[in-house]
This record gives sequence, structure tokens and C-alpha cells, in this order.
Amino acid sequence: MRIAFFATCLADTLFPEAAKATVRLLERLGHEVVFPFEQTCCGQMHINTGYQKEALPLVKRYASTFDPYDVIVVPSGSCAGSIRHQHAMVASAYGDAGLAARSESVAARTYELSELLIDVLGIEDVGAYYPHRVTYHPTCHSLRMIRVGDKPLRLLRKVRGLDLVELPGAEQCCGFGGTFAVKNAETSTAMLADKMTSIVSTGADVCTAGDTSCLMHIGGGLNRLRTGVKTVHLAEILASTEYS
Amino acid sequence: MTFLGMPVTAPRGVGHLRGDQPFPEAAREALGNSQLRRNLRHATTTIRGKSGRVIAELPDWQQLRDAGSAIKADVMSRLPELLEQLEERVTAAGGVVHWAADANEANAIVTDLVRRTGSERVIKVKSMATQEIGLNEALEAAGITPVETDLAELIVQLGDDKPSHILVPAIHRNRSEIREIFLRAMPGVDPALTDDPPVLAAAARRYLRETFLSTKVAVSGANFAIADTGTLGVVESEGNGRMCLTLPDTLITVMGIEKVLPTWGDLEVFLQLLPRASTGERMNPYTTMWTGVTPGDGPQNFHLVLLDNGRSAVLADPAGRSALHCIRCSACLNVCPVYERTGGHSYGSVYPGPIGAVLSPQLTGVADNASLPYASSLCGACFDACPVKIDIPSMLVHLRNKVPHPPAERAAMAAAARIMNRPRLYASAQRAAKMARIVGRRGRGLPPPLSGWTAGRDLPEFPKQTFRDWWAQREQP
Amino acid sequence: MSSRDLILGRVRAALRDAPVVAAVPREYRPAGTNRADLEVLVDRLVDYKAEVYRVTSAEVAATAARLAGEGGAVLVPPGLPGEWRPEGAYADENLTPDRIAEAGAVLTAAAVAVAETGTIVLDASPDQGRRIITLLPDVHVCVLRPDQVVASVPDAIARLEPGRPLTWISGPSATSDIELNRVEGVHGPRHLHVLILTD
Ligand code: SF4
Repeated sequence: MRIAFFATCLADTLFPEAAKATVRLLERLGHEVVFPFEQTCCGQMHINTGYQKEALPLVKRYASTFDPYDVIVVPSGSCAGSIRHQHAMVASAYGDAGLAARSESVAARTYELSELLIDVLGIEDVGAYYPHRVTYHPTCHSLRMIRVGDKPLRLLRKVRGLDLVELPGAEQCCGFGGTFAVKNAETSTAMLADKMTSIVSTGADVCTAGDTSCLMHIGGGLNRLRTGVKTVHLAEILASTEYS
Repeated sequence: MTFLGMPVTAPRGVGHLRGDQPFPEAAREALGNSQLRRNLRHATTTIRGKSGRVIAELPDWQQLRDAGSAIKADVMSRLPELLEQLEERVTAAGGVVHWAADANEANAIVTDLVRRTGSERVIKVKSMATQEIGLNEALEAAGITPVETDLAELIVQLGDDKPSHILVPAIHRNRSEIREIFLRAMPGVDPALTDDPPVLAAAARRYLRETFLSTKVAVSGANFAIADTGTLGVVESEGNGRMCLTLPDTLITVMGIEKVLPTWGDLEVFLQLLPRASTGERMNPYTTMWTGVTPGDGPQNFHLVLLDNGRSAVLADPAGRSALHCIRCSACLNVCPVYERTGGHSYGSVYPGPIGAVLSPQLTGVADNASLPYASSLCGACFDACPVKIDIPSMLVHLRNKVPHPPAERAAMAAAARIMNRPRLYASAQRAAKMARIVGRRGRGLPPPLSGWTAGRDLPEFPKQTFRDWWAQREQP
Repeated sequence: MSSRDLILGRVRAALRDAPVVAAVPREYRPAGTNRADLEVLVDRLVDYKAEVYRVTSAEVAATAARLAGEGGAVLVPPGLPGEWRPEGAYADENLTPDRIAEAGAVLTAAAVAVAETGTIVLDASPDQGRRIITLLPDVHVCVLRPDQVVASVPDAIARLEPGRPLTWISGPSATSDIELNRVEGVHGPRHLHVLILTD
């Protein structure tokens, strides 16, 4: 299958390993990955900070960049959520009905990674090998905005060598929330502290999730406290094999 | 349409919808109060567990939510006719209906009604509407003593404190703090009082008994009013509601205009949703329903005050009006990770938590509560918990878009959008952004507000190559 | 302009977009879905600390007298069935609150009971009396006929008459205001005894 890849600005700039892993994984599974260079950012930061008008060009850009493709994958539940639940809203408020319709249509073809693997490609065992003790944090937008449910866990359970441990209070927010972590940094830190306590309590060496943004937040905290727990994007685990 | 008919927000200088400081500042104090954090964590964890268990008992919880949500949307769409019908039915049943455009008018109406009875004291059932308008202060200014009879309200009143939760205003207090408040401020309390909850409840029972029996006027709120029958209802636990609604000669009920329900039959939905979502009970201990005046049984004078105070302004925004669907169950507070850590006082309004973050700014106009729409990580737990399915996260995003932005932030966001809309510029900005070297992993070189984030977290290592550059290199033959 | 007209005008102006709303989906279990289950009712009553007794009509009076305790007189509404009335009971004929409060127990019938929620509803009929009489005494003894028990809240709403003063009672008076745990016994009766008739 030919799959267009939306890397997200955060993975493109700060977490290229997660983006590369998505490509490696899909190619290993026999699919063709295309990366349209016109892509930049989905505009979620603007929309969630209260700048919908400023986000309009980005919404437009996403729609025109990805309209030619039948299947688009994004390794972020949060960006997928914005594309699906916010783009058409911004388009109709500040753009026109045509753009809104196009945004809606492209959004319907946009899948978060675990959705693509399970719902579109129909695969749970991606042939990965990852010999570590791992705990999974179901990020809020994956869980409650696009509702991936247990799809990431189903994928992780099939990874050879992986010791999956349950995260207590998993469904609780890590405190990132984009602009929230900046405008309400102290409350955000208090939430992060509880999330880190839960993660450390599992004894895992790796905390994984489907969002680089939350992982950046959690990883930044775990690193500051020198907990020794690493944060790794789901794609990186699924892309790992015995030979790589 | 006349100018006078335009929806207006709640007036300043009266009531409790605006805080003294922005949310992040108010939250700082709460975050540093470990006793408060422990109390809140304990209470919200308890209620989440209880509520989850009784909700799981109902096979049709989601269908009830769907119905509740749709009934409320229907109410909003034909509010004028329902209010007129309610007025007609209440009047026909022997009640008197008053209309209050804002807090000042509602306070004046109630004060005047109490004065005309000659009573210098009123007993009160917990009511968000009367807290919102600052009725107690208005009554006190007129020389009338309002006595809060709900246990948590009593704790707040005796402790000279502020409510911090819409259902359990003293949620921030634990049993030993409550004991201390009672020992300090409850006249005639047994000095041997322990902090055993039944003992504390019994102390409140003894203290209020005489007041219930000797006060001629009560003030209440209402959980609902049925347009086609004129029936009002108060849902409660302790029996203080029954006391206030049954014993006095005169009952004055202050109710927001959004609380009306079309038909008696609609109650079958809300009486299932409310108790399970709020106190986590299959049914709360007591619910009283009355229609006007019943000769020989209960208050023989009944006044219903219908309150606008900014509600029409909320209704005027199609993307915000569903905040009026709220049945004040408090489920969204109990699941909110921000509320759990900052407590109710940080929100500055009588409506704290997720619903407060969308309702208060709409009632006052967003400029007066500009920090509240940002007091959320948009985690979405509130939306899932809400028995009437109010999409609070989307509404927060909508309100953020209406808030007046700081000029520096506006300039930075506009610049970022411009760069992101030019892929080449964006790519070179990425390469140029060797921020890691300038700011260090601890972000010391970052300007505020970004430095706030790095106070507790390390920035990631800056990669040597962006994904985009890696891809470009890989494509080259 | 009166405040009434002002508010209604504002509300009409607020709705100038004339929102179109979908019909209310009522896919939840309507009245009549389930038969009432007495065992469920008993389970729920007991769970919220009411005490349940199964008695014949002939045993009501003696049971109520016993529950009123030593020396406590039983207060009854004027329309209580004579057969239920304990010896020495006194009826509410516009009694003062003090006279009501001094009862050892109040004995009433009920209008409806909801099994699923453990709720008893009083509608101030002559066999239940004025609302005040079930409020001030510390013990409420309530007699239920099995045919008054319905399965769910919608069943109860369908049976009740909204024009009457209604009191829905689920267990003795309680509060969740201290650390959000339910504690029984605040302002209302601290003891609720439900007598389910077996004949
Ligand atoms: S918004 Fe929903 S969950 Fe929150 S108090 Fe209102 S009804 Fe309850």
C-alpha cells in the first residue's frame, strides 16, 4: 500500500528517530511510504492556544498536501485528533465550505499509527523484537479524543522479548497539554510528578506512548530526576527487530 | 430588536464569579498546601470509585446520557416558551414568579420578600445560584441573618471560608479540620467532640434543630423545574432540604433560567443521571418535589425567582451554550487532574473545575476570567464523565480563541504560523534552531514563559539531523 | 420594560440563530421494561442502612409499636388503615412541630417504591400525611404493599402524580460531606424501617 507520512513538526525537528522508525516499520511490512515535503505542522498548538485564525493556513496546507493520498499516517494521537476534530471547525470558521469539506475528507483518511496497523493493515504482530521491561502510557488524546482503545497494547503484546507491565492510573493525564505546560507550568509539574511516580513504581526501563509531545514532557521529567527510565515512541519499539 | 433585549453578561461588583488573581497564581498557593492536596486526592479518589461502581450497574447509562444531552439541547432551543409555560403553571398552583435580570435584582427581590415577612433570619438549602449572586452578603447588609443548613456549607460558613466544590463545598477540609472548626465556631458544641464523621453529623443536627423549627422563611435553589406541571425539585442528602422546604411559612426559590425541563416524564432521565454522577449513589437520600402551594402542607407562600445573570449571554454563543446544560453534578470536578491538584478556590468563582472554566468566563465575558479557559490540559476526562455529555474540551478551545491575547504572545504565534506555512523557511529554521547550545538542557536561556516548562523538566537533546533532512539524503541516489 | 420582558427578549435574541435540535433519543429502558423484583428492593434498602421486615397486615401495629421503643408513642397520619394503627398511637390533626417531634416513631404507608434504587416515595395521601410528620420524628416506619413496588425510576415517574407534594426517600438521612463518604444520620429520621406486607 502507498502510505503518505505526516511526520509532525515535533518528530521532524526534535524526535526524528520516532519518524524514521515509522518509515522503517511500514517499509519492512512491505508498504511504500511517501513524505510530501510541503508538510509542516498541523496547527494544533495554534488552535489550542486560541489562535484559530493564524492556524488556518496550516489547516489549508495539511489538506492540500495530503489530499492526493488515500491513506495518511501520523505517529501522534494528538495531531491525529486535531486533524480529525479541529481542522474542519477552523476551516468553516475562518475559511470556506469547500476547505471544510476537504479537511473533513482528508481527516477521514488520516490514521494514527496503531489505527493504521490494526484497522487498515489488519496486523497485530509486526514481527518486532524488543527485550525490555516496558510500560505504556495511553496519552489523553489517543485515549479520549481519537479513542485508539487497546490497539497499542495489542501491538505491544505481540512484540517478542518485551515484558509489558501495567501502569497504575494509566488514564490520568501526564500534565503536558501543550500550552498548558507553559501557562500553568506548576500545575503541569504536579501532574507530571504523579505520573512519574507511577512509571517508576512499575520497575519498567522504558515508558512508551503514541505521542512524542507527552513523551518529551515525561522524558524531560524522568531525565531531570535521573530515574534511569527512558521514553521511547511506540513506533521505535515496533520497528525494532533482532537484527537491528 | 431593541438594545435592551441584547443578552448581557453578569455585572461586576456583586456575587462570586470573578477571582482576585489569575488561575496560575491562585493555583501556586494550593499546589504548595500538602494537607489540601491530600484531602482532595482522598475525596476525589473515593467519589470516582463510588460513582464508577453504581454507573456500571445500569445497562443503559450511555443511552440515558444521550437522552439527557438531547433534552437539554431541546430546552435551550425553546427556552422562552418553556419559561412562560413554567410561570403560568407555578402561578396557577399558587406560587408567585419573579424575574431577575441580574444578581443585583435577584438580591433585591429576595431581600424585599424576606423583609415583608418580618423575619430577621432565613434558613438556606445549599444553592449554587444564591452563591453566584452573593445573596448572603446582600441579606446581611440588610440586617437579615442567612443560616446555611447543608453540612458542608455550614462548615464553610462557620470556618469563615469559601466553598471549593459545587456539591461538597468543604471538600478541602478533612474530618479533623471540621472538628476544629466546630469546636471553635459552633455555639453550644460539646467540648468532647471527636472527629468521627457520625459524631460530627450529630453535632450539626443538634445545632440546627432549633433554628429549623423557629425560622419562618427559607431560601432554596432548585435542581429542576418542570414546565408542563410547574413542579420544582431539590435533590439532597441530609434532610436539611426537607426541613427548609417543609417547615417555614414562606419559601423563596432562586433558580437559573436554564434549569427548566419540558415535561414531568423527563425527570425519569435526570433522576437516574444525577445521583449516580454526583454522590455516586443509586439515589440520594432525599428528593423533595412541590408544585406551588399545597393547602395545609408545607410553606403557604411560595416565590420562584428566575435568574438570568449572564445566562442569556451564554445562550447567545452557539459554540458555548451547552455549558447551560450542566446539572451541577460535579463529576467533571471529581475526575479533573487540574482540580484535584489546585482545588476549587484557585478558579476564583463559585463554579470551579472544568465546568467552571467554561461557565464562569461565559457568564462574565471572557475578558474578566481570561485565565480560566487555559486552566486545563485538555485531557478530556471531564467530557467522558459528564452525564449530559457537555464537550468541555472543545468549549475550552473555543473560549481560548475569544480571549484577549497578550501582544507578545500574539506576535510570536503569528510569526510561528508564518514560518510553518513556508516549508523552506521552516526547514532552515529547524536547522538554525540549535537551541540546545544556546539554552542548555535545563533551558536556563529560555525566556519566560517557556522557562516555566524547563523548571521541572529537561529539554530533549537536539538531534544532529531533522527527519526532513534525513529523508532528503536518503532519497538521493 | 419589565424584567420579565427584558429577560425573555434577551433569550429570544440569544436564539436568533434558531438552533435546530434532533429529536430526543429515548433508547434507555422505559417504564415497563422489567418486572419489579422485591429481592432487589430489599438488597438496596439494606445497602443504604434501612431495616426491612416482612409482616402480615395484622402484625404491622405491634411491629411499629416495638420499633417506637419503650415509652415512645407512635404518630400516624389521619388516614392510616385502622388495622395498622398501634394501641396508644396518636394521629396528626394539625399537631404542632413539638408534638410531632416527640413521637417515638411515625408510621405511614407509601405511594411507590423503586426496587433498583431502594427508594420509597411518599405523596402525602391520607395514609401518608403531611410532609412534616415523616421529617421530625427520629424513626420512620413505612409500610409497603408488594404491588406498590416498581422496577425502575421511569416506572415510578409514570405512576406518580406530579401535582402532589412528593418526597423520595432512599435510606435514612445521610451526608457525603465529610471526605465524600456516606455517613447516616443528619437532620431527617435517623432510622428507616420498611415493613413489606406478605398478605
Ligand atoms: S459539566 Fe457535566 S459533569 Fe460537570 S458538573 Fe455539569 S453536568 Fe456534571
